[in-house]
Amino acid sequence: MFLKYLARRLLYVIPLLFITTLIVFSFILLIPGDPVLALLGENATPEKVAQLRQQLGLDQPIIMQYFDWLKNALQGDLGRSIFTGQLVEEAVFSRLTVTFQLVVAAMVISVVGGMFFAITSIYYPNSWMDYVARFFGTLGTAIPNFWLAMLLVLFFSLKLGWVPATGFTSINDNPVDFLKGILLPAISLGAMGTAQITRHLRSSLMEVMNADYVRTAYSKGVKRWRAIFNHGLQNAMLPVVTTIGILFGNLLGATVVIETVFAIPGMGQLAVNSILQRDFTMLQGVVLVMIVLVIIINFITDIVYAILDPRIEY
Amino acid sequence: MKEELLLEVKNLETFIPTPKGQIKPVNDVSFSINKGEIVALVGESGSGKSVTSLSIMGLNASAIQYRPESSIFFNDKDLLKLKEKEMRKIRGNNIAMIFQDPMFSLNPVHPIGRQIAESIVLHKKVKYKDALVTALELLNKVGIPDAKRRLNDYPHQLSGGMRQRVMIAMALACDPKLIIADEPTTALDVTIQAQILNLLHKLQKESGIAILLITHDLGVVAETADRVLVMYCGKIVEEGTVEDIFENPLHPYTRGLMASVPELYGPTKEKLDAIPGVVPNPLELPKGCNFVTRCSYATEKCSQNAPTLLKHPSGNRVSCWYPLEKEGERGHYETAATSFS
Repeated sequence: MFLKYLARRLLYVIPLLFITTLIVFSFILLIPGDPVLALLGENATPEKVAQLRQQLGLDQPIIMQYFDWLKNALQGDLGRSIFTGQLVEEAVFSRLTVTFQLVVAAMVISVVGGMFFAITSIYYPNSWMDYVARFFGTLGTAIPNFWLAMLLVLFFSLKLGWVPATGFTSINDNPVDFLKGILLPAISLGAMGTAQITRHLRSSLMEVMNADYVRTAYSKGVKRWRAIFNHGLQNAMLPVVTTIGILFGNLLGATVVIETVFAIPGMGQLAVNSILQRDFTMLQGVVLVMIVLVIIINFITDIVYAILDPRIEY
Repeated sequence: MKEELLLEVKNLETFIPTPKGQIKPVNDVSFSINKGEIVALVGESGSGKSVTSLSIMGLNASAIQYRPESSIFFNDKDLLKLKEKEMRKIRGNNIAMIFQDPMFSLNPVHPIGRQIAESIVLHKKVKYKDALVTALELLNKVGIPDAKRRLNDYPHQLSGGMRQRVMIAMALACDPKLIIADEPTTALDVTIQAQILNLLHKLQKESGIAILLITHDLGVVAETADRVLVMYCGKIVEEGTVEDIFENPLHPYTRGLMASVPELYGPTKEKLDAIPGVVPNPLELPKGCNFVTRCSYATEKCSQNAPTLLKHPSGNRVSCWYPLEKEGERGHYETAATSFS
């Protein structure tokens, strides 16, 4: 039954991918600026321009270009960078591992922080902990992440010298350096997520703790702590799972700024550079991978939801 | 059989401070429940019956406060004076509760077996696995067909009646001395109501559990209860055995409640006799008897002085200056009474 449900969810993904890639592909071509001119310079002769255009396949109608690209993409070939000639899939996947580590670290901070604040605030209502949680819930949403990033760098790197201000070490190479390098960017990214999850889970828990079945739990002689963890949390998490899924996409988008601030060689940075250089093939690759990631996360969200809520029909 | 006292509520008085003044959901209520007895607490919504029952469980909202004179004795312990930790040992263990709507009273994301086993693991020194075995026995006991397969079902997979059976199994889990059933049949179909009441009755006979049955349904009372308490505006206005209450209601409110139930036998009435007027605003209760605004027998005395609950020669205890005479109303109540038997 569950496998059938999985298969059906997977089938939804196919048209979704098709439509989103088509939209992205055509919109990228609408970006002002011509990659051929950017490559050859302003003084190139019309013949040379036409020749390169043909070489790159840019003389074809957009829809033809799209299907060519799609056909190759399905075989795992995303083309070569217009500028460096590097294989797009190679460039994207090496950057992806970096960005993925960053986003996962930020997600961990968001979920752990959000759950901590929300639960303590419900367990100790109207205490200082509650007020701190509510304060962070608002502050985290209000502060722009690049500004928070700069403040963190200023204090923890430049003043205290605890962690490096820029750069990135992969977790495979050196876990300790990874943690040091990822801490500030992950906090800058995760502050927003922590705030969102805190606020959402707090209100959701507050509602659930007044539910009849929690009263039933108390009537069985359950402690408050157990009532929250065993009876409230799983029910309260249901709407929050959706928030977490959406948050992943938001964080992925926000890496564009954070990676620039911390000079992290990730997907966000690659996207920015590709746009500046009009490197359309590279940009298409980057966007495609981001879309696929978001779709995968949505897929996982659906599955987690089905596991948490037995009422979901497979 | 000698009647043994199980629970004694003495001068229970609760209040909620509001900006406009105090509200007293329960105002000086005293009653007792003997071992193995089914006592019905009857009244309209807002009469204080739920607050009374939640006071016994110690589960009232924190806004509700108790007068210091109030006491609820159970096993020689005053429940109102117990610490939360000691109270937790009584809840679900010695006193269990069944709630109104089994749709919302069971945790939707836990299998029912786990929910029943939870109480057992909390109060008895048993492993979860053994508790599940007991849970299975309980499901069989409350008449869930194919119980073994049902153990892993979630509440949404069961019908309303089955869910209420699960609630009852949950309440029975630790062999409590007292079960408080708060409107256990209100959310159910009429045919299912009868099944659930029969089940409660059967369990009470078999294991000698006392039941405090909270309801506004006089049909339920007549079928199930040994003794009846009628509440109005936070006070008990009449108390007596089920026979006395139905055959000889002394308080005009009790009689009004009976008259407002449709009769199955006897001449058909054009309209039901509803009690005129509405329940008074709890912030503006009358000076004298709370029922004075709706009572057709009220005099000047009733609006000035509140009556107290006193023993009447007929056996009931009643809080009224002018308890109704048996002869005067005979024709009316007799037809009402037959419809319940």
